[in-house]
Formats: sequence, structure tokens, C-alpha cells
Amino acid sequence: MMGLVLDGGIALLTIGIAAWTIRAGDDFAAVVGFVAYGLVLTLAWTRLGAYDVALTEAAIGGGATGVILMRAGARVKPAPAARASRRARIIVGALSAAVAAGLSAIVLLPPQPAPSLALEVREHLASTGLGNPIGGVLMAYRAADTFLETVVVLLALFGVWSLGRDAHWGGRPGPALRPAEGGALPLFARVLVPAGIVIGIYIVWVGADAPGGKFQGATLLAAMAILAGMAGLVQAPATAGRRLRWLLAAGPIVFVGIGLAGIPLAGAFLAYPPGFEKPLILVIEVALTVSLAAMLALIVAGPTERAP
Amino acid sequence: MSVLLGLFSTVAIIAGIVFFVAGTVGLLRFPDALTRLHALTKADNLGLGLIVLGLLPYAGSVGAALKLVVIWALVQFAGATVAQMIGALAVREHPTSAGRQRR
Amino acid sequence: MADALTLAAIAVLAAVALGLVRVLRGPSRLDRMMAVQLLGSGGVAVLALLAVANGTEAILDVALTLALLAAFASVALARALGEIRKDGGETGR
Repeated sequence: MMGLVLDGGIALLTIGIAAWTIRAGDDFAAVVGFVAYGLVLTLAWTRLGAYDVALTEAAIGGGATGVILMRAGARVKPAPAARASRRARIIVGALSAAVAAGLSAIVLLPPQPAPSLALEVREHLASTGLGNPIGGVLMAYRAADTFLETVVVLLALFGVWSLGRDAHWGGRPGPALRPAEGGALPLFARVLVPAGIVIGIYIVWVGADAPGGKFQGATLLAAMAILAGMAGLVQAPATAGRRLRWLLAAGPIVFVGIGLAGIPLAGAFLAYPPGFEKPLILVIEVALTVSLAAMLALIVAGPTERAP
Repeated sequence: MSVLLGLFSTVAIIAGIVFFVAGTVGLLRFPDALTRLHALTKADNLGLGLIVLGLLPYAGSVGAALKLVVIWALVQFAGATVAQMIGALAVREHPTSAGRQRR
Repeated sequence: MADALTLAAIAVLAAVALGLVRVLRGPSRLDRMMAVQLLGSGGVAVLALLAVANGTEAILDVALTLALLAAFASVALARALGEIRKDGGETGR
């Protein structure tokens, strides 16, 4: 009964905030609405018992994406909002309704039995040395998907970089930092960044046996890097730097390397030789975490704006 | 002992809720940005702080209790910093009266 | 016990949800930010209550992540607001 009231409240809040965010008049209000939306979605996933998704939403949905949107909004010159023609709006409305209808059909009429890897994974989870079935799926059964997700983030970073001027290629992202303003921010960053790094590593580590993992942990690490930048404690690195490039590539390279080694050693791409599953998965997770954190931080930092 | 602990938790959590409600009321009713900020920081610090205090006896493990305290410390610290930044912005906007305008 | 804590979570959620009216009304961007800040603290409190109510420690990790990232987002928004003001005043709304 209590649970039902809470769930109903969260659902109403989610829809209300979503509707308001769509109608919000200016960029800042819309970003604020989006951050609030991410917060409430985190509660919703938690109530559904999907703690892994809730963690991701808490890390990426509210915090990091809000900041990316804010920066994007600041780059785009405020233009008088072009009102779409009536026909365009009707088409968009119809398409959205179709998507909503399709989704509700899937939710209301699930195939029986629902396709799931859960049983299979639970049976073989022990052989991977992991305790978290979601980690098991991501690293053992859907390793190729996990790999491609990382590459997608890297491609997104290339997309962001390509928005910079040719003359700035390889330079530092973002405008030159204003001198540190004093006040609370530098102190805040000095204390929070070390604490946040510890928590980020903890979230990656705990991902082996409980909800958590590299994407969530890497987002926390990236957020701490951005925070240090905002406080004027560190400079964004030059994007042409060799060390930085290696950092970005390390995760995918390690993943592909171990994956290819699986062909002769274990009989398939991305198969792990028996007995070495846990250490290999750990190596991949660590490398991917480092690379993902660098990618996400650089995506938030934005296109290069200063010549190398 | 456990009755006392239960009583303590109940009182602390209810007090925490009261501070959240008070923060909301202040945010809605106070006339300008700086006074609203005052209401907000009370909810941030005391509301969450008292709820965490009330939950501590039932955390189940030392690790969980430690996490609760860390969570509170994080929110507290961030709240103080953001309040500082918002306050500076509000003062810059209305340097003389610090934003004394009615809606 | 679990029911009482869930009730407390409902109360906190209801309180901060009401505070969101301030996001709707504004009038200034500072007010909107404050309402979201309140929602963030309230959300963390709700998660903490649920973690103990369900006896699920994983929810505490969610709360920890939310606390950290909400702090980050608030600071970033406040910073962005400062830049907007400096670069040429806000446009109202």
C-alpha cells in the first residue's frame, strides 16, 4: 500500500517534470528541468529494483548530461525559436504517438516467456568469478556490445572535436580559464575531488559483485576532472598530446587485444580462457574505466578553442 | 534500550521531515532569493542530517552507517558551496537591497 | 518498520515535489536552481530511507552517486549562471 503511493507519486512527478521541461521557455530552465527529471528517474529505477540502471541514471542522466547540455546551450547562439509549421508538428506528434503505442504494446503484451539471459547467466556466473549477474552479462555474454558502447563514446568525442576550428585542431578544449575567482569553489574542488575519485573507484570495484561498474564509476571520475577544471585547479589537456591519445585508446586496445587472444586460446573472439576469466575481466574493466573517464571528461570540455 | 533507540530514530526522522517541509514552505513563501536560500540550506543540512541520524541505528552494518554519514557530509558540503555561489550571484544582481522585490 | 520508513520517504518526496512549484514559477534562474537543489537533497534522503526500509545496501551506493553528481551539477549550473551574468546579463524569464 505504502509502496503503491510512493510509486504513484514518483510516476506523476516524472511525467509532470518531463512535460514542464518540454515546454520550458529558455535553455537554462530546460536544463534545470532535465536535471530534476534525472533525479526522479533515479528514484523510479530504484523502486523497480534496477539498481544498476538507477546508478547509471544518477551518474549520467542527471549530473553529467545536464552539464553537457548547459555547455552546448552556451555555445549555440540564442536564436529566436523557430516555430515548426503546423504540418511538421502534426507529423512529429503522430510519430511520437506511434513510438509510445509501440512501447506500451511491448510493456502490456510481453512475449511468453520473456526472453532473458538471466537463467543461463546464473548457471554459469560462477565460472566468470563475478557476483553481479549484470556485470556477468556485460562482460561475458554481451562483451561485444560492451566493447561497441565504449567505441561509440570515443566516436562521440571525435564528433565533438570536429566542431572546433581547423586552426585549433589538437589544441586545448574550452575557452582559456578565467583566473580563479576565489570564494568557495576552489576549496570545494580541493576536498570533493579526492573524495569523489575514491567513490568512483569504489563504484567500479563493487560492480563485480553488486550494482555498479565501469560506466558509472568512469562518469564519477570524469565529473571530478571537470570539477577540478571549473575550479581552475587543472587545465584541460591539449587534445594532440600523445599521452592523452594513449589514455583514450588504452581501453578499446586492451579489450580488442584480449578479445583477439581469445580466438587461439579459448576458441572464439572475446572468449576468456578457462581459469583466467576474473583477472582478464578485471584488466579490461580497469582499462575501460580509465579511457571512458577521459572520453567523458573531454566530451564535457567541448571542442578545441585554443590553438595548440 | 531498543525502545529508546526506536523512539530516538522516530523523533529524528520526523524532525528531518519537518525541516524538509519547512525548507519547501520557505522556498515558496519567502520574498527574495537570499531568504529563500536560507530556507533551502536548512532543509539540506538539518533535514537530511536528522534523517541520516535517525537511520544510523538501523543501518545494519558499520559500512552502511559509514556510507550514510559520507552521503550526509557530501550533501552538506555541496549545499554550503552552492549556497555561497548563489548568494554571491544574488548580491551581484541587486547590490543594494540584495534582491528585495516582491513577486 | 519498513512501512513507517516508506511513509517517511513519501513525506519527504511530497515536500520537495511541492518545492518544484518554485521551478515553475521562477521568477529568476537562481530560484529554479534552488528548487532543484532541494529536490536533490530530498531525493538522497528518500534513497537513504528506502535503503534502510528494504535492507538493500546497493541503494546506498545509488544515494552516494546521486549525492556526488547532484553536487557536481549544482556547482556547474551555478558556475554557468555566473558566466551568463558576466557575459551580458540575463534575459529575464
